[in-house]
Amino acid sequence: MASVFTHEFNTPIYKGKTSFNTGLYINGKFVEGSDKTTIDVVNPATGKVVTKVAEATSKDVDIAVAAAHKAFETTWGLNMGGAGRSRLLAKLAQLMEEHQQELAALEALDNGKTFTWAMDLDTTFAIDTIRYYAGWADKIHGQVQETDEKKLSYTRHEPIGVVGQIIPWNFPLLMMSWKLGPALATGNCIIMKPSEFTPLTAIRMCELIHEAGFPPGTFNLLTGYGHTVGAAISGHMKIDKVAFTGSTLVGRKIMEAAAKSNLKDITLELGGKSPNIIFDDADLDQAVNWAAHGIYWNHGQACCAGSRIFVQSGIYDDFLAKFTEKTRSLKVGDPFDVDSYQGPQVSKIQYDRIMDYIQSGKDQGATVHLGGDRNGTEGFYINPTIFTDTTPDMKIVQEEIFGPVGVVIKFEDDEDVIRQANDTVFGLAAAVFSQNINRALNTAHRLKAGTAWVNCVNQLHSNVPFGGFKQSGIGRELGEYALHNYTAIKSVQVNLGHIM
Amino acid sequence: MPETFKVELDTPVYKGSVSCNTGLFINGKFVDAVEGGTIDVINPSTGKLLTKVAAATSKDVDIAVAAAKKAYKTSWGLKVPGAQRGELLMKLATLLEANIDEFAALECLNVGKPWSESRGFDMKLTLQTLKYYAGWADKVHGHTIEKLAYTRHEPYGVVGQIVPWNYPLTMVSWKIGPALATGNVVVLKPSEITPLTALKFASLVQEAGFPPGVVNIIPGYGATAGAAISMHPDIRKIAFTGSTLTGRKIQEASAKSNLKVVTLELGGKSPNIIFDDADLDQAVKWAAIGIFSNSGQVCTAGSRIYVQEGVYDAFIKAFSEAAAGLNTKTGDPFSEGTIHGPVVSQTQFDRVMSHIDAAKAEGAIPFIGGERHSLTEGFFVKPTIFTNCTPDMKIVQEEVFGPVAAVVKFKTEDEVIEMANDTNYGLACAVFTENVSRAVRVSNALEAGMAWVNCNITTEYNVPFGGYKQSGYGRELGAYAIDTYTQVKAVHINVGLKI
Repeated sequence: MASVFTHEFNTPIYKGKTSFNTGLYINGKFVEGSDKTTIDVVNPATGKVVTKVAEATSKDVDIAVAAAHKAFETTWGLNMGGAGRSRLLAKLAQLMEEHQQELAALEALDNGKTFTWAMDLDTTFAIDTIRYYAGWADKIHGQVQETDEKKLSYTRHEPIGVVGQIIPWNFPLLMMSWKLGPALATGNCIIMKPSEFTPLTAIRMCELIHEAGFPPGTFNLLTGYGHTVGAAISGHMKIDKVAFTGSTLVGRKIMEAAAKSNLKDITLELGGKSPNIIFDDADLDQAVNWAAHGIYWNHGQACCAGSRIFVQSGIYDDFLAKFTEKTRSLKVGDPFDVDSYQGPQVSKIQYDRIMDYIQSGKDQGATVHLGGDRNGTEGFYINPTIFTDTTPDMKIVQEEIFGPVGVVIKFEDDEDVIRQANDTVFGLAAAVFSQNINRALNTAHRLKAGTAWVNCVNQLHSNVPFGGFKQSGIGRELGEYALHNYTAIKSVQVNLGHIM
Repeated sequence: MPETFKVELDTPVYKGSVSCNTGLFINGKFVDAVEGGTIDVINPSTGKLLTKVAAATSKDVDIAVAAAKKAYKTSWGLKVPGAQRGELLMKLATLLEANIDEFAALECLNVGKPWSESRGFDMKLTLQTLKYYAGWADKVHGHTIEKLAYTRHEPYGVVGQIVPWNYPLTMVSWKIGPALATGNVVVLKPSEITPLTALKFASLVQEAGFPPGVVNIIPGYGATAGAAISMHPDIRKIAFTGSTLTGRKIQEASAKSNLKVVTLELGGKSPNIIFDDADLDQAVKWAAIGIFSNSGQVCTAGSRIYVQEGVYDAFIKAFSEAAAGLNTKTGDPFSEGTIHGPVVSQTQFDRVMSHIDAAKAEGAIPFIGGERHSLTEGFFVKPTIFTNCTPDMKIVQEEVFGPVAAVVKFKTEDEVIEMANDTNYGLACAVFTENVSRAVRVSNALEAGMAWVNCNITTEYNVPFGGYKQSGYGRELGAYAIDTYTQVKAVHINVGLKI
């Protein structure tokens, strides 16, 4: 029997209890992994183990895939009309809302983000996303094309079938909603692997999904490691599509595995090293606030983080002074403290990786303008860090750090900064700060990125598409565009009278 | 202060009270009409008075429009994000769902339609429609077109909506769903004959928390309140469902006033074509649904039935048996076995009977029915089938809006297509054949906004609805209604071009 995680939250900002099954969720039931092994879940604020959850193996993937296919053929797919799928997703959103505080607390415990952020952003946005896709479920339209009078030509936008979804640890519940929403709305069945670092909210969601009434087998959750469960999913002959959010390195492996197995369709949402360009004619105070949000939001653990901050020479000194002051004001502390802005990084591995990058910055001759060190002695806390005096070839300028480490770069020339900003293998996002309409829009249009923010950063909405250019990914999530990721197009041509 | 209408029911299908406010719902409150007039509301199953409701006149329309205009400027329109508009619509749907039996019962009392139709069809479609448009509210997309040119799909502002008496609450949902989802504010006039469910619905609008003035529901007569809405200079768009006769007046009024945008959903005389190679048993069932549902008071009713000569005799025999079967299932909407109800009013009853008399006078044969039902109370017309019809007869040309079918025999496909299209109407059509090529070929050739193949009058909330020719223009339901309630602004931004 899979075990139960029970926890009492008794904190300044949230008091409540949670208790849920920590097994794998396959075919509508909670089960142990085939090998009966478990994964430790660590609280990054303390570094201590909080609980163990069941670990899946490739055998479990096979079992889940079989259940998913059965559901697709009988109770899901196009057997359940859009109105029915809509109703279930709406019910799920409602249940999430009823349990919002509990979900936020679990997210803070598991990931280290503050309870406040988890409430105001992660869980709120996740609920919005599910609700948004509930509305799409009965609006999946094909087209009718005119060929000639003796033909009826139309397209069906059919669900793909069984889709694999692998989600990251930085916004666990939110990433789950971005994947689950459009996939279920369009009628697919899901095999989902949450990150082994942050499985708790995903596992808790399974009970809500069950309560909402989704038929067994439509949604399956298999907690496990990338090299076992992730690999099994991306290489599976009977999974028709895989969607992955995570590092570019792993994204390549997924793509290779898809190519080597059954040429399954893939969408990838990968890393970034997004430029944030601040021109002389920017609203300086606003630019400072947004720049801080751009890099320190979620402890820098955001794929679209504005981690390369380009500042035009005319305002560079003023900007740096104000940005430093702003950064200093960000309080690092326990996720359940009322005034904490930033909690710990998600794991020891990430902590070490970020500290290595900071070291490399020092080694390669950059200046640590602020921070660059651990915060406290317990847990994986890093102080918000600013590097200056960098050169384009430095690792901290080229590579994604995924921590609260911003690089501030002075520039002179509009043309040159656009060239520098685009000089990267990544292309996830970009931001431009300027009050001039021509400069703002022209620059936004010329930056090679999937999202361009003008006079803001890291703004996301359920109905606005998100995804990367170049090695930041393939395909778009959110908005109407996500529906394309989860539908297969069949053209039907009916001969009404052409004689051979 | 307007009174509340309340009655206690103890019937096989519904036990409990049924109530609604009888005032005008303007700016978030129920109020008396300025000129103090009232409308008698009759129960068509008994012919007796149910209650009186306030009668709006042009003065009330002015007040409602002013309230709507203010709400649009301050608390609705694009100021309220789509997701929020959607949430309010969903809240409204949820409140309706919680009270749906009472609404169904009220509709039965006011319209006379049987419980199986009111609860099983009207209420279900109403709920689906509201939920559907709640989901559209944050998905109203413009387009970007090269450089930086883009379109905004903006609401009109104050829209006037006039709905009919045959599906009172359902028609309200078809109108306000897309209108509110896209950010418009609404002044809606339900039919003076059937205002009750609309007024009860207004209470839910209040409870759901729509800002005052966003939805205004004002029963009144067409000649007064309806005319005032169609002429009003501050109403930017009007949507009307009703007779072709009144539709013309609405369009004229728009031309004479402020050229407000008009969409019309009018009458029909829809052909139902049954070929030799149809599944005859199914065709008979659908033919009965097509003309006897809601006592024939359906704009899409398949009222001209064309039957190919090879199956004509067999069809008539089976079809008339189906019609006769309804006579024993006619009566009180709240009786469990009732399938066939009265027509909605004395006026309608007289109109239908005069069509029947004219048909007989022109030589059509009332193969079955053609007279009042034996029930002396209420406005019950027996399901009627006329045979021996020729294309020029009034019964074949004019909309009866009652349970009266005109059956015409035909020989060839080309002949029947021509006969079917020989009408000023163009709302719907139906084709029965098992041959796939014929099915699509004939439905393509028929001049109608909706074509049903091997089924009839099945309306889905996500499939567009509307007519060709004098059956109206514009489309309701589905994604198309979103376009009906938005106007397009194209924005061109010069990014750097110096002249």
